[in-house]
Amino acid sequence: MTKAALPDWQNGGFGLYIHWPFCAAKCPYCDFNSHVVATIDQPAWQAAYLSEIDRIGAETQGRVLQSVFFGGGTPSLMQPDLIAAVIERIRATWPMVNDPEITLEANPTSVEAGRFRGFQQAGVTRISMGLQALNDTDLRKLGRMHSAAEGRAAFDIARATFERVSFDLIYARQDQSLKDWRAELSHALTMAVDHLSLYQLTIEDGTAFGARHAAGGLKGLPDDDLSADLYALTQDLTGAAGMPAYEISNHARAGAQSRHNLVYWRAGDYAGIGPGAHGRLTLDGQRWATETPRAPFEWLKQVSISGDGEIARQLVPQAEQAAEYLMMSLRLSEGLDLARYHALSGVALDPRACARLAEMGMVTQSAERLMATQNGRMVLNSVVRDLLPDPT
Amino acid sequence: MTELSHIRNFSIVAHIDHGKSTLADRLIQVTGTVAARDMKAQLLDTMDIERERGITIKANTVRLEYRAQDGELYILNLIDTPGHVDFGYEVSRSMRAVEGSLLVVDASQGVEAQTLANVYQALDAGHEIVPVLNKIDLPAAEPDRIRQQIEDVIGLDASDAVMISAKSGLGVPDVLEAIVTRLPAPSGDRNAPLKAMLVDSWYDTYLGVVVMVRVIDGVLKKGDRVRMMQTGALYGVEKLAVLKPAMVDIAELGPGEIGVLTASIKQVRDTRVGDTITHERKPCTTPLAGFKPAQQVVFCGLFPVDSAEFEPLRDAIERLALNDASFSYEMETSAALGFGFRCGFLGLLHLEVIRDRLEREYDIDLITTAPSVVYHLHMKDGEMRELHNPADMTDLTYVDHIEEPRIKATILVPDEYLGDVLKLCQDRRGVQLDLSYAGSRAMVVYDLPLNEVVFDFYDRLKSVTKGYASFDYAMIGYQEDFLVKMQILVNDEPVDALSMMVHRDRADMRGRAMCEKLKDLIPRHMFKIPIQAAIGGRVIARETIAAMRKDVTAKCYGGDVTRKKKLLEKQKAGKKKMRQFGKVEIPQQAFINALKMDN
Ligand SMILES: Nc1nc2c(ncn2[C@@H]2O[C@H](COP(=O)(O)OP(=O)(O)OP(=O)(O)O)[C@@H](O)[C@H]2O)c(=O)[nH]1
Ligand SMILES: C[S@@+](CC[C@H](N)C(=O)[O-])C[C@H]1O[C@@H](n2cnc3c(N)ncnc32)[C@H](O)[C@@H]1O
Ligand code: SF4
Ligand SMILES: [Mg+2]
Repeated sequence: MTKAALPDWQNGGFGLYIHWPFCAAKCPYCDFNSHVVATIDQPAWQAAYLSEIDRIGAETQGRVLQSVFFGGGTPSLMQPDLIAAVIERIRATWPMVNDPEITLEANPTSVEAGRFRGFQQAGVTRISMGLQALNDTDLRKLGRMHSAAEGRAAFDIARATFERVSFDLIYARQDQSLKDWRAELSHALTMAVDHLSLYQLTIEDGTAFGARHAAGGLKGLPDDDLSADLYALTQDLTGAAGMPAYEISNHARAGAQSRHNLVYWRAGDYAGIGPGAHGRLTLDGQRWATETPRAPFEWLKQVSISGDGEIARQLVPQAEQAAEYLMMSLRLSEGLDLARYHALSGVALDPRACARLAEMGMVTQSAERLMATQNGRMVLNSVVRDLLPDPT
Repeated sequence: MTELSHIRNFSIVAHIDHGKSTLADRLIQVTGTVAARDMKAQLLDTMDIERERGITIKANTVRLEYRAQDGELYILNLIDTPGHVDFGYEVSRSMRAVEGSLLVVDASQGVEAQTLANVYQALDAGHEIVPVLNKIDLPAAEPDRIRQQIEDVIGLDASDAVMISAKSGLGVPDVLEAIVTRLPAPSGDRNAPLKAMLVDSWYDTYLGVVVMVRVIDGVLKKGDRVRMMQTGALYGVEKLAVLKPAMVDIAELGPGEIGVLTASIKQVRDTRVGDTITHERKPCTTPLAGFKPAQQVVFCGLFPVDSAEFEPLRDAIERLALNDASFSYEMETSAALGFGFRCGFLGLLHLEVIRDRLEREYDIDLITTAPSVVYHLHMKDGEMRELHNPADMTDLTYVDHIEEPRIKATILVPDEYLGDVLKLCQDRRGVQLDLSYAGSRAMVVYDLPLNEVVFDFYDRLKSVTKGYASFDYAMIGYQEDFLVKMQILVNDEPVDALSMMVHRDRADMRGRAMCEKLKDLIPRHMFKIPIQAAIGGRVIARETIAAMRKDVTAKCYGGDVTRKKKLLEKQKAGKKKMRQFGKVEIPQQAFINALKMDN
């Protein structure tokens, strides 16, 4: 069977995302769908997750699931029992690949060794831990509840418990010099197991940082030139340490990429369960964008009353799928499959735009693929805008 | 029909904002012409732009009936005029239709540049002038000092100036009495052949073209067949009315009276202000002298931001022109901006007003190119060509010399700022003609090149004098100078819309300023962009926009796809608002700001 005859999503695979919308405290930079509440009725949430797994499972029968991701919020606040029950139901619903990746996002504050053991026993295979910074001053400025030492201790426990452990750092912080970051990242690389996410701090609207920034506060953030230099330095150091970027902000040793996140970047299918979770599902040859209510208790109520946690699905026409694929795939160092893009979009990627970008050193091109160069990745939004078809 | 002895016609003139329209309000109110419930401030300023900016642009006429202290009923025709220098033409032609002027002077500010200009015009028109000191309610008002100033600076007897507050109405009855007792009644012969002055014309959505007339001799009646003596056109008078300020039909207009008529005239452009209207049969023998046509002194290109909007723009300009003969237009093509129009205006404010109206009333986004004056190219073969657009500048080898228009500028300024004003005028290649003092104020008269004035003279003058100077000008003629065309190159491509004529000595400075401005206005691209100013092939200024180095979303996972894609697509669509010059996209706003005259 030729590749073009496969349903497009199979080029990216099939994963399941589960959203847990609660945190112990809200970080000032964070615009994720995360909330702080006094009490959480975990059994009620468990029932809702299970019911949603049943509902989506019925629609996607027979598909092989390659990954599960518990994201948040702070999923490490979920009871290990709850995780266990959810994973059990998932296993009962879909056939899974031999070595499935089941990731859980963890905060260094909500960790004790016992819980980690519990997650592991429940079936979690990989931990992604939000360390964010390795020094106390910056952790405080980022509004984090843990010290560098606590973060380190939590990370050590995770590493002792799980074979695959990743951690997140936020850089391009206030007053962070190239020298500071060089030292901190070098230290991080000595801790890293096989995967690292290194995000430049983004000031998001609707967050505490967003408001402070709009009011003229939050001094000392890097300008574009320093951000670019910080990014370039990051590429140099991680590359030299054997953990090059496989995506804009993600680094891994060979074979240790996050398989779940690759589903997004390769524009595969994914089911999204939980408040504010998005999905992409190809059903009967048509691709749908799914969405759920963002407010945690609204979602919970809707599931328990109607047995369906979604709001109206939207059809994603092929041209839009092509645009999504373009935008997501160029984030990856492996880049975009030109034939796949052509098949989706109906027209080939604009050869003049590709040539222009290649001439500027923003992309490289082979017969089969188009890839953003490091310079191209630093201005990827501009590159993608150039490549998107003209608006009609 | 009213006895000549019971008619008074007058214009209200003043420097901008000294309170002409507010005085008109009070006169309308006190005479009961408009019911109290229908009154509003600056009632006669009906255009959106007038109300928004709080200024008068178009002269307006109202007929008032006033029972004077002598017990007689008088007909008063008042014309409220604009104060801004760009609309001086409205003032001068209004004055030709009346016998007297109320010269309003703000008692807290005193005589300003347009006060002077108006007085000279009024004297030219043979007017009786009644000085009116306004705003005496203000704590800063100094009526005695200002009265003295009027005598010193203008040489006008101000001993019986009327003291008023147009705002509160204080003194307004005295103004009415002064009009009746101090302004002359019109003269004219009711039995002579019809001779009427076409004072103004405008387009009314319901009535079509409306013509304002002042009857000199004879009687104009509804149904009359009339001839316009300059254009030769014949019309039947369909409607005859007076303005109160709403139209009220009237059977006839006799000598000394002012009113309006309609006559199935298709376009405002079919009428000539200053024309003489007479009867088809029994015409008058000598027409009126007519007015000098208004002169367009500032030219610029208007282009649609979205090139697909050229046709709507053409439509809008033609429709606006039907209504307003004050600006000129002709089609223009620009390599950079595509199809558009080269338009001529009475001044920069006039330019802004017309552009605003096009954008607003017709909903078209416009790019305005650098304002330019009309140069005279004297060719080696003896021919003289007018240059309205720097982009059309011909090969210098055929040009013998270039002349530029010069103006006589009158500036009144408190003496503490005099030094700055002199320096400014000197920097702008001015030649001092006169300098005199009146109290603590200086009156400076300069011969200046108009091209320096349309650049940013007003704004500079305002800023060096903290707004305390006033400025008036009149064209005086053409003079040769060392003028060159300066081009702007963005990424080595000339952007014709940004090219301009400058004096060679000022070119380096202007070139540097333009390059610096563009550097901030053009967004970074994925490559670096040189910006250059050049004369002929020689680069005189250069800046470089560094390549964009960072434009990427740090986190993008499954939940972000829809939102982030929409954002990118929206940004891409936003680029339609930009113009492509070679590989460089220049946002519309960059043009607008680069060509803005402030610093
Ligand atoms: N305090 C005070 N303010 C006044 C008086 N007369 C006018 N004003 C104010 O002065 C400003 C200008 O008044 P206008 O009547 O619009 O002046 P204008 O001379 O018609 O202005 P242009 O038509 O733009 O030349 C307005 O804000 C008026 O309210 C007055 O007697 N006293
Ligand atoms: C969904 S968050 C949750 C992780 C976990 N709750 C924690 O805080 O450790 C995933 C990661 O996104 C990154 N992140 C969140 N907001 C960010 C921002 N405004 N700028 C850059 N990175 C951000 C952080 O590194 C964070 O670990
Ligand atoms: S960064 Fe993590 S812990 Fe902080 S509010 Fe966001 S999801 Fe919660
Ligand atoms: Mg006015």
